[in-house]
Amino acid sequence: MNVEWYVVLSALLFTTGAVGILVRRSPMVILLCLELMLNAGNLALVAFSRMVGNQQGQVFAIVVMVIAACEVVVGLGLIVALFRRKLPLNVDDLRELRG
Amino acid sequence: MTATSWAWLVLLLPLLGSIVIGLGFKVLPWRVAGIIGTVAIGLAFACGIGALLCLLGEDAEARHHASSLWTYASAAGLDIKLGIYVDPLSVFMVLVVTGVSTLIHLYSYGYMQSDEGYHRFFSYLNFFVFSMLLLVLAGNFVLLIVGWAFVGFASYALISFWYRRTTATRAGMKAFVINVVGDIGLVLAAFLIFRELGTFDYGPVFAKAPQVFHTNEWTVTAICLLLLVGAFAKSAQLPFHTWLPDAMEGPTPVSSLIHAATMVTAGVYLIARTHTLFVLAPTAADVAAFVGLATLLVAGTIALVMTDLKRAIAYSTMSQIGYMIMGVSIGAYSAGMFHLMTHAFFKALLFMAAGSIIAAMANNQNIDDMKGFGKAMRFTSITMLCGGLALAAFPGTAGFFSKDEILAYATARGGMYTIFTVLGYFGALLTAVYTFRLIFRVLPGKPCAEAQELIETGHVAHEEPRNPATGEVEDTDVGFPGAEHHIAEQTWPMKVAMGALAFLAVFAGLIQVPGLDETITHFLDPVFADSPLAAIVPSVAASWTGLAIGAAISVAGIAIAYWLYVLRPETPAALIARLRPLHTFLVNKWYFDELIDILIVRPALTIGRFANRVFERFVVDGLVNGTEDVVGGAGRVVRTVQSGFVRSYALLLVAGFAGLALYFLLSSS
Repeated sequence: MNVEWYVVLSALLFTTGAVGILVRRSPMVILLCLELMLNAGNLALVAFSRMVGNQQGQVFAIVVMVIAACEVVVGLGLIVALFRRKLPLNVDDLRELRG
Repeated sequence: MTATSWAWLVLLLPLLGSIVIGLGFKVLPWRVAGIIGTVAIGLAFACGIGALLCLLGEDAEARHHASSLWTYASAAGLDIKLGIYVDPLSVFMVLVVTGVSTLIHLYSYGYMQSDEGYHRFFSYLNFFVFSMLLLVLAGNFVLLIVGWAFVGFASYALISFWYRRTTATRAGMKAFVINVVGDIGLVLAAFLIFRELGTFDYGPVFAKAPQVFHTNEWTVTAICLLLLVGAFAKSAQLPFHTWLPDAMEGPTPVSSLIHAATMVTAGVYLIARTHTLFVLAPTAADVAAFVGLATLLVAGTIALVMTDLKRAIAYSTMSQIGYMIMGVSIGAYSAGMFHLMTHAFFKALLFMAAGSIIAAMANNQNIDDMKGFGKAMRFTSITMLCGGLALAAFPGTAGFFSKDEILAYATARGGMYTIFTVLGYFGALLTAVYTFRLIFRVLPGKPCAEAQELIETGHVAHEEPRNPATGEVEDTDVGFPGAEHHIAEQTWPMKVAMGALAFLAVFAGLIQVPGLDETITHFLDPVFADSPLAAIVPSVAASWTGLAIGAAISVAGIAIAYWLYVLRPETPAALIARLRPLHTFLVNKWYFDELIDILIVRPALTIGRFANRVFERFVVDGLVNGTEDVVGGAGRVVRTVQSGFVRSYALLLVAGFAGLALYFLLSSS
């Protein structure tokens, strides 16, 4: 199979994730969309790695997975904390950082 | 041990004492603090003796040593070391300073007993002695300035010691400001010396100066005049003298230590130390001599009318320092230094005696209220009489030999210097009159209420203490000597100190009898050997003639005082009534305070107010507020982006990256 297909799929996934972040308000969904974007990146990395014929891209993909795992830990932790303190699970209502 | 090692120890001990007492004020009992302070100075005196013995063991020409511990500052062409200079002059000063200070510490041990700030007092006192010793032992002008400034600070701390008294804090500030004026003079002089000679060290400076400078060249005259500014400010000479009488606000041991025995003699020491420069600038030396003469007369006349016991003695100090400044300026070096020593003895003693009388009077210093203390405090009155006789130069006492030696030298130098002899003798007459005015008014007669109480009960119970100057109630928490204040007769350390000083005041003159021993002259000779003026020596016959005249004048002065204040006590009032304008003029201290106020303080205040209203408001405030407005405005603009909507941040991020990607795509194709 040609590399273009993979890249197109990766681009589609990335865009889906980005749009999801921009339009959805639930922190849970935003976290999922972030994962989607990261995995789109992973897909592109692996695809290009196959095309070039070495393993560097795959190594990067594994590193990205580790980072994604960390990010999920933090993100879910935040969401649980929000839930426990009975704060609204809506990012538009959480505006305390307003300057 | 060498002389320099002893000298380093002399410096170290008071510093250690000050630090130990200062840091340990919470744990040390007051007795221990007092003992540490006194012993530190006493050991320093012992080390001074050690240095003296080392010097005496050497040839007269080899009696000068420089020693340095480490480099104090090193920069392009500048090499300043933490160095000391040990020669007969500095050892002489060390012995006078530590010797008198030991006795004053001993006196303070008893005098300050009921004071809340006992530890603070001893820490300051030790620091003061350390600063004075640093000043005296410094081996270069930089260290001299350091010691000079330390002394200024220490005097500020001690004058304002009872810091709840507004008069005391004001007096402290006044002393500090005037001393700083003197410091500036000294610093500028040091700059000029460095510019012309390229070094700060005493040895090279005094060796090079005669080759570099011509006599009366403007640079050397300027250096000497600037040095004089420093000397006059520290030694309370006209027109920088106004701080000294005010400084009497400090505790009496402070008056005794700073304003009689040590600090005010720094100017005399400075002139004696830099005599090589003054020989090259005879004009400046004459200026110093005439200022000294003017001070001794002005202060003598003011002392005649002062009704404040301590202030009258303070003016007498100014007057005696005038003699010393005059002496070292006209070339009577060893005579001036000798007078410095004897003056330290009898003036410290007089202050101590005054202190115990003032204590018995519940801090009232007005001699109009005092009477009959001769019966109430026998020991104090005897020692006060000894000090008074020495100050009045009664034949045989210490002051008799030292004062007349200066005047005899002035006669021997001849020419216009005869003025100094004539007016100096007039000053001696004033001295005898004002000294015995104090004594005759305070000691004899029918005891006043306080003295009577002292005779009957042996103890004066003070009611609520008040500041005699302003009438405000004293704050006893911060160390005003409270109701249980100990007067001299009741503690032995004070008696020992006063007794020792009384002995010295009467007999110290015998080490320098013209034609007989002249110990001080022989000892100091090597220091002043390079000065052509030191070659002028009054003949023994001339000296004794001078002494005879001095004796006659002294006795005459005492007789006048006796006639005025004992035989015809109504005469002074009649005199005052007849000479009303003169009396007012003298009571107002020749209007020096007012003169300085009009000439310096008011213009400075006006400039300050102008700067506050115009410069501060428009220029400084404008700059500051302008900067603040610019930063604030920029912040207000940028702040709108921070909306707090996470999704708008994400949009900005995505849009930014998209823009970046677009840019690279476009630029690569």
